Amino acid sequence: MSQPPPQPGDRIDGGRALIRSLELEGVEVVFGLPGGAILPVYDPIIDSPIRHILVRHEQGAGHMAEGYAHATGRPGVAMVTSGPGATNIVTPLCDAYMDSIPMVCITGQVPFPAIGTDAFQEADTVGITRSVTKHNELVTRAEDIPRVIREAFHIATTGRPGPVLVDIPKDIVDPTKPASAMEWYWPTDDEVSAGLPGYRPTTKGHPRKIKEAAELISRSRRPVLYVGGGILKARAAEVLRELAELTGIPVVTTLMARGAFPDDHELCLGMPGMHGNYTAVTAMQEADLLVALGARFDDRVTGRLDGFAPDAKIIHVDVDPAELGKVRTPDVPIVGDCRQVIGELVRTITNLGGRDAQADRSEWRQRISGWQETYPLTYAPSEPGELLKPQFVLEQLRDLSPEDTIVASGVGQHQMWASQYWTFRHPYTWINSGGLGTMGFSVPAAIGAKVGMPDRTVWAIDGDGCFQMTAQEMVTAATERIPIKVAILNNAYLGMVRQWQEMFYDERYSEVYLSPDLPDYVKWAEAMGCVALRVESPEEVGPAIEKANDIDDRPVVLEFRTDSSEKVFPMVPAGRTNSEIVVGPSGGEGGR
Amino acid sequence: MAATIHHTLSVLVENKAGVLARVSNLFARRGYNIYSLAVAPTDDPALSRITVVVDVAPELLEQVVKQLHKLINVIKISELDPADSVERELALITVQAAPAARHQIIELTEVFGGRIEDVGFDELTISVAESPERLDDLASLLAPYGILSMQRTGRVALPKLERTPPPGLRIAG
Ligand SMILES: Cc1ncc(C[n+]2csc(CCOP(=O)(O)OP(=O)(O)O)c2C)c(N)n1
Ligand SMILES: [Mg+2]
Repeated sequence: MSQPPPQPGDRIDGGRALIRSLELEGVEVVFGLPGGAILPVYDPIIDSPIRHILVRHEQGAGHMAEGYAHATGRPGVAMVTSGPGATNIVTPLCDAYMDSIPMVCITGQVPFPAIGTDAFQEADTVGITRSVTKHNELVTRAEDIPRVIREAFHIATTGRPGPVLVDIPKDIVDPTKPASAMEWYWPTDDEVSAGLPGYRPTTKGHPRKIKEAAELISRSRRPVLYVGGGILKARAAEVLRELAELTGIPVVTTLMARGAFPDDHELCLGMPGMHGNYTAVTAMQEADLLVALGARFDDRVTGRLDGFAPDAKIIHVDVDPAELGKVRTPDVPIVGDCRQVIGELVRTITNLGGRDAQADRSEWRQRISGWQETYPLTYAPSEPGELLKPQFVLEQLRDLSPEDTIVASGVGQHQMWASQYWTFRHPYTWINSGGLGTMGFSVPAAIGAKVGMPDRTVWAIDGDGCFQMTAQEMVTAATERIPIKVAILNNAYLGMVRQWQEMFYDERYSEVYLSPDLPDYVKWAEAMGCVALRVESPEEVGPAIEKANDIDDRPVVLEFRTDSSEKVFPMVPAGRTNSEIVVGPSGGEGGR
Repeated sequence: MAATIHHTLSVLVENKAGVLARVSNLFARRGYNIYSLAVAPTDDPALSRITVVVDVAPELLEQVVKQLHKLINVIKISELDPADSVERELALITVQAAPAARHQIIELTEVFGGRIEDVGFDELTISVAESPERLDDLASLLAPYGILSMQRTGRVALPKLERTPPPGLRIAG
């Protein structure tokens, strides 16, 4: 029988207080796996409206929480036990930290008096996770639980979002232990804020800097809006579009920002960076102004730094002051929330005369469309009898799936092709591990996304190598009836590494071959409760995808046998400047 | 590698478990050495002040300071320019002091504003609170007598006070 919710002043135990705190934070789902130290918290879950999804490995719980947060914008929550449970979730925490994903992770800990004694399943969780979380906290008293949980959600979701870990010793949540006794309360916003005297994220941009930026934008002849994942975190896609359309400035969307601006918009140049398209890379390189919006000048975007966008002035808008000047010194730094700052920019530019007051950019537009015509993304279609081209598979997937499909990708060649060949029309339709590049991300991230967005089609686009890292979560998907779809691009290789060995290590292939047949992906997927199909010829591709899209009561796995010799192009070789972009397998450098 | 020089940072933090580890970790993960460190509660017991001297190139310092600001428990950071701040360290020095040499050592200690803390048959322990440079000087002067042990605290520092009176101020009297 479920108890009525506690009232302020009621005597309750820390375990119930923890679950009640999660309910009050609006948590609808927790991804996790129990164990000794977290057991007392798993008991009150039975009586809570919160859905718990039992994963098969704690890494899965972490990536599911991330996928959920990516897709919904709400913080993802994972809960695991002490020791190995906690160490298993370190990778997702680091992943979420690198990609600024709001996430709250609750770990069990050995009883407080046992901490430091090398107790069974004891690990120094706050020590281990200190540098991969935005904040973490070891709670030492039951009465601190509601406050720490509120603070955790506040920190995870405000300013630059990120993962927060709360480590909970067993005795303060175990109703049989005196240390778990407390009086229920729920802290107010003011109390939360007073408890965090050092945490005051700046959200409003400095008006003088915004004016300077508006003037610089209006004057510039070769500007580019360089859009990063921060736009999505700030829910700023709409106002970004206003800015682009008001000024007529072309937009590049980084790997973390795909979907923040529609790919089919005339101003969209697509993805820049190491595997970006020629036009996006070159437009940045030739620009006289880069307006960096929630982007962080990652090395995969800039290429060799001393040759990056040599003529460009920089306007840099970011909610995290530490990003400004970290890589490239901005001419106009603006600390603030992207949605607010871009809104202010739009107003200021409008007051300065709007579209009519913009410098003449007809020559810039012409050069850009020239590049687009000369250097489109291309690949050679397969000859009869050859293995499938991965690009062809992705085009078919794109064209045969609903336009608001959510795509979650693994890490490797398939990730780059997915980003290149999909047409993203909506924000929050692309979920990937950008900063950490975590193989195995896609399956659990897709599950988390589908849990958060049950009415949307969710495709995981995975590599054969990646799939083998977290495939066990297909069991979770099947058990919990989370009907995601997985496309494995089986090229029998750790393809991205193979590509580097082919291009930069004289084709000396070292430890990258995986075999196309072992494991048998179809049998494996079926054993995990999925519908599975193997696809080997181009004619089978469309029908298989359509069949998969029609199934929505079970997870589906499609294994596509793809050509292992196919490489991702364009490519800016590591250590080179973006002007040395290689557009295709013939090795031709794009002319300038 | 750019030349590294000592920088003194005064970091106001919440007086809580783990805060020092967070601060020191930011230096450790970048391979910067902490040269000296002093931590103690301020007049407000909820807050502590960490005075940290680090070896870091000036162009890298700004990024570290920004990263420090990102720590949830850090409230305020100021960099103290040695030329514009009062810096003090406390040293406890046990020095060989045969009865014949004792007088000279006591005299030196007085010159440096120190105190004799303990007297043994042929040893003295003295304490001196001084600027780091003056402590170095004293240590060199004592060296010939034979320093048996020396313990220095981390440096503490505060900015120098404003000396120009505000315009129009008249001092009564
Ligand atoms: C956990 C982890 N280990 C190693 C790597 C290095 N790595 C990057 S891509 C890649 C190959 C991925 O292989 P697969 O999933 O088959 O994708 P493909 O490149 O073949 O499309 C590897 C090993 C990584 N990113 N993550
Ligand atoms: Mg592969």
